[in-house]
Amino acid sequence: MKVKILAFGITKDIVKNNSIFIDLNEGATVADLKNKLESEFPKFKALKSLLIAVNEEYGNDDLLISSSDEIALIPPVAGG
Amino acid sequence: MMDGKINIILQAEELSSDIAFNFVADNSAGGIVSFVGTVRNQTNGKKVIRLEFEAYEKMALSEMRKIAEEAIKNFDVFKIVIHHRTGVLQVGEIPVVIVVSAPHRKAAFEACQFAIDTLKETVPIWKKEIFENGEVWVSAHP
Repeated sequence: MKVKILAFGITKDIVKNNSIFIDLNEGATVADLKNKLESEFPKFKALKSLLIAVNEEYGNDDLLISSSDEIALIPPVAGG
Repeated sequence: MMDGKINIILQAEELSSDIAFNFVADNSAGGIVSFVGTVRNQTNGKKVIRLEFEAYEKMALSEMRKIAEEAIKNFDVFKIVIHHRTGVLQVGEIPVVIVVSAPHRKAAFEACQFAIDTLKETVPIWKKEIFENGEVWVSAHP
């Protein structure tokens, strides 16, 4: 399945876009997505952290992803 | 239930600490504590020209609301305001205002500290520092 991933902050610079499409197997989890992203964009590995938001909530590694989810890359936040 | 007690805003326009103060003011409050973040003119001795804030807006608003609800649940406070700006900010401008009212000062101080500390950990807002010769996404790398 093809999933759309929103990018923010430094991840936008790394993927050179506001969003990207990634191919995942059916039944893929947040951890699978992270592995795929790190192999396609090795610069992600240098970040202090990379979290994945699924439908506007932080997703645990074992959370299943579906193609209708809103998925976003959350690099280290720095509000305030 | 918590609706009249919480005010959350994320906006590109200037923030007003007066508006935030007026929201939490209450005759039964014994104290009001506020934290106002301001853009500093240097980081590690390097002159900062401006900051650029970017937010994942829908999620940032819901994470800000979670913090406010948590503060009301865990501390004896009446009302809480969390306002944050987006876009380009110059030195001296205000990216964040948190104001808390409570019957007694201790709870107000604690809730305010909790709110700003948690905001910096969980709310999807990113900050880019622009220096004279370069720029950096704050906290991105170890």
